[in-house]
Amino acid sequence: MATPLSKITAQKGISLAEATRRIADLGWLPTYAQQSLKYPTDYKFSKAPKDPMKQVLRSYFPMQEEKDNRVYGALDAGLRGNMFRNVEPRWIEWMKLFLAIIPFPEISAARSMAIEANVVPGHDLRTGYTLQMIDEMRHSTIQMNLKKWYMENYVDPSGFDITEAAFGKCYATTIGRQFGEGFITGDAITATNIYLQVVAETAFTNTLFVAMPSEAASNGDYALPTVFLSVQSDESRHIGNGHSTLMSVLNDPDNHLLLERDIRYAFWQNHAIVDAAIGTIIEYGTKDRRKDKESYAELWQRWIFDDYYRSYLLPLEKYGLKIHHDDVQAAWDRIIKKDYVHYVAQFFSAGWPVNFWRIDPLDERDFEWFEYKYPGWYNKFGAWWENYRALSKPGSTPVVFADTGYVYPHRCWSCLVPCLIREDMVVDEVDGQLYTYCSEQCRWTHKVAFASEYQGRPTPAMGRFSGRRQWEEVYHGWDLADIIQDLGFVRSDGKTLIPQPHLEFDDAQMWTLDHVRGYELRSPLIDLRNMNPEQRQKHIDQYRQGFSVHKI
Amino acid sequence: MATTFNKSAAAGAKKFADWDSRHYRYYKPKGRKATLYEDVTVDVQPDPNRYLLQGWIISFADGIPAYSPTRTRLNCSDWHFYRAPDEEWERPHYQRQSAIVKMIGQAVANARQQKAVSNFDPDWVHILQDHVSASKHAEYGLGTALMSAQRDGMTQMINNSILTNASYKLRYSQDLTLYFADIAPDFSQTFDESAGKEHWLNDPIWQPTRKLVETVLATADHLEQYFAINVLIEPLVLELFRSGFVMQLAALHGDFLTPTVISAAEADYSRNMVNTISLMQILADDEKFSQQNQKVMTEWLRRWWPLATEAAQHLQPIWSLPRVKARGFADAMKNAENHVQQILRQIGVDFEEGGEHS
Repeated sequence: MATPLSKITAQKGISLAEATRRIADLGWLPTYAQQSLKYPTDYKFSKAPKDPMKQVLRSYFPMQEEKDNRVYGALDAGLRGNMFRNVEPRWIEWMKLFLAIIPFPEISAARSMAIEANVVPGHDLRTGYTLQMIDEMRHSTIQMNLKKWYMENYVDPSGFDITEAAFGKCYATTIGRQFGEGFITGDAITATNIYLQVVAETAFTNTLFVAMPSEAASNGDYALPTVFLSVQSDESRHIGNGHSTLMSVLNDPDNHLLLERDIRYAFWQNHAIVDAAIGTIIEYGTKDRRKDKESYAELWQRWIFDDYYRSYLLPLEKYGLKIHHDDVQAAWDRIIKKDYVHYVAQFFSAGWPVNFWRIDPLDERDFEWFEYKYPGWYNKFGAWWENYRALSKPGSTPVVFADTGYVYPHRCWSCLVPCLIREDMVVDEVDGQLYTYCSEQCRWTHKVAFASEYQGRPTPAMGRFSGRRQWEEVYHGWDLADIIQDLGFVRSDGKTLIPQPHLEFDDAQMWTLDHVRGYELRSPLIDLRNMNPEQRQKHIDQYRQGFSVHKI
Repeated sequence: MATTFNKSAAAGAKKFADWDSRHYRYYKPKGRKATLYEDVTVDVQPDPNRYLLQGWIISFADGIPAYSPTRTRLNCSDWHFYRAPDEEWERPHYQRQSAIVKMIGQAVANARQQKAVSNFDPDWVHILQDHVSASKHAEYGLGTALMSAQRDGMTQMINNSILTNASYKLRYSQDLTLYFADIAPDFSQTFDESAGKEHWLNDPIWQPTRKLVETVLATADHLEQYFAINVLIEPLVLELFRSGFVMQLAALHGDFLTPTVISAAEADYSRNMVNTISLMQILADDEKFSQQNQKVMTEWLRRWWPLATEAAQHLQPIWSLPRVKARGFADAMKNAENHVQQILRQIGVDFEEGGEHS
């Protein structure tokens, strides 16, 4: 047998471990000028983290190029195979929301690596942070390209065509901004290591980038799985960076109190934000109603409860760290017992006129699936979706203004998802101002965690909630038609709305500005603040009792 | 699933308002048509001056929001005007980086196959071991500074230009490191891989360069870092060393391989330089802040030029080390200074070398 070429050309080289050791030796301790900590942290480091992945740039770049070739080749194949002839519009419409949000958190994660590399000592893990920085630029731009591809090939490009402008303005994307800004502001370690790597990437990218692509494929969309599973293949590097940095932080017992605070904040807020968005998209954006398919609750149990909580968080206790088991249980209860995802979907559909995507009414097959997966669902949500379908024709009253019994929700000041589980709504004052929260954990996040001291310990590096956080405050007292115009959610004919409460691709069936004029939007928080104490207490008590929707 | 043609969700299957709106319509392309680079880059980092309705919603403890123009002394009436001339986004970035990795890999494998390394001039081998190897730390330091700087720019276009610049510098510092590790066993004499760091840390020749790199690492203003690196430090110190020394002398000492590795860094720099010139040009010519920005850039030139010149001049003894002499230090330095002047002319900053800065 002939000697193979690889054997003839084989040369003695260095091992990967040797290569990474030499690269880590590129760094040195400066003596002429000391780098100031540009991004502050209250954490201390007594030990530099190690690189668990042992990667170098010369093996990274060709590998990524190859991954790209596969992704872009698959997109071409999708077009050659007429993917859009068979794709479900209900699904693609939700991509207008999802893909408007996700590139910003991705690129924020790239910026986040500047912060992390700035504060974490040593040079072993610098290559890990560098790879993550470049990966995140990959994710952001590859996702923008995917969105452009949908815009060019899907039947209704409207909404994709204003995507980044919509991201800055929509009441729903503000939730995604809370997610992305969390990676780049405040305490350097809280933001980059705990919020981004230890919780968002290690736990929630599984639902974001694994569970969701699977649902996409069930709806005839092969592009999203191609792009996002390739994205997810980079995440293992980031999880490795996160764990190694965490181990280094854990090494100093002085950090344990801050770690307990940050894991609690990060887990709860990731749950509140990611489960709201992805839970809704997976369950309400699909036409696949196979009963043997996992529900979001089942996916959550697998990815978050079993894989993350049991295998990643629990073992941290052996290092003396307090883990808030009750929060994990509470998040699980919100999904399985308190209908969190269903209330979010109801809220998004209530807000359809100020969306920039279409929401398809549910039909009997959907009802049957929800009832099967979540017994009792129809009694709680059936009337709402029947009304939504009945009021989807132009000229009807927009469902949120119709007399259905629905009460527009207060917004949570912390996670920015509304206070949808009414009995859990909390009201409190911070610095003399009144705020509403979806849960005790979110109240704690704002009042206790994002403060200048924590349990008597000064935390000067911790961030602050700022800006005009409540979207409804911006448009308090405005007419609905004026809001939509101000948002720019109008098609280029100057009258037809970008959002529609149906999938009718026919001008005669589409809502225009005239159909939504004469309805006033109010900010529940401004109204609450303007009440006297008795009125306020009465309002809060009533709110906590919930509402029931009747069929119109 | 929608399986009949009537239910097709393909473009053009139905005609209604905006059925053919197939371009991003929230930004103005630089040219007549939007480029793919612009489509995947523009406005991904939001801005309250454009579409960020509610402003930034988390701030640092001192009230500074996620992105703030206060993080640099330069100002701009429209930060969003800049587009990277190299138009890099993820795909072309990986393609280019990967091409370089493969080029170096093949060149090294081929040279080793021919036992070429053992024919390098012994004096030259010492230069590689002590000085070319020392330069990898300078490259790494600048890459690290740029990695930090890519956090703070006011747009995605600016930050991604700085990010790819960091990626190039860090790759090159690793290229040199692993290149020496690969060829070390092939030398007829012992090649001490740790000598480069020793010279970087302790050799008086390299100390002003180390001071320069550490100073840029310690600088908080991200655009000052970007300016200092690509307008002064690269041409006056590192390009001087790479092009003005290694590239001129390697082949004369039997080394046809090292220039292949170095050539990638030169090509990287030419792209990063053009990006920097383009951004600084916009800022120097800004309709509102031109004067202020030129003043700041002049201050930066006064700060960095002497440091870079001192670093360059301390490298001069290296030019005396090779057995075969070619182009001298004075010539190389003159070229480097001309290059800086050329860059400054392109940016539009009026600054006389040897005058104001000295």
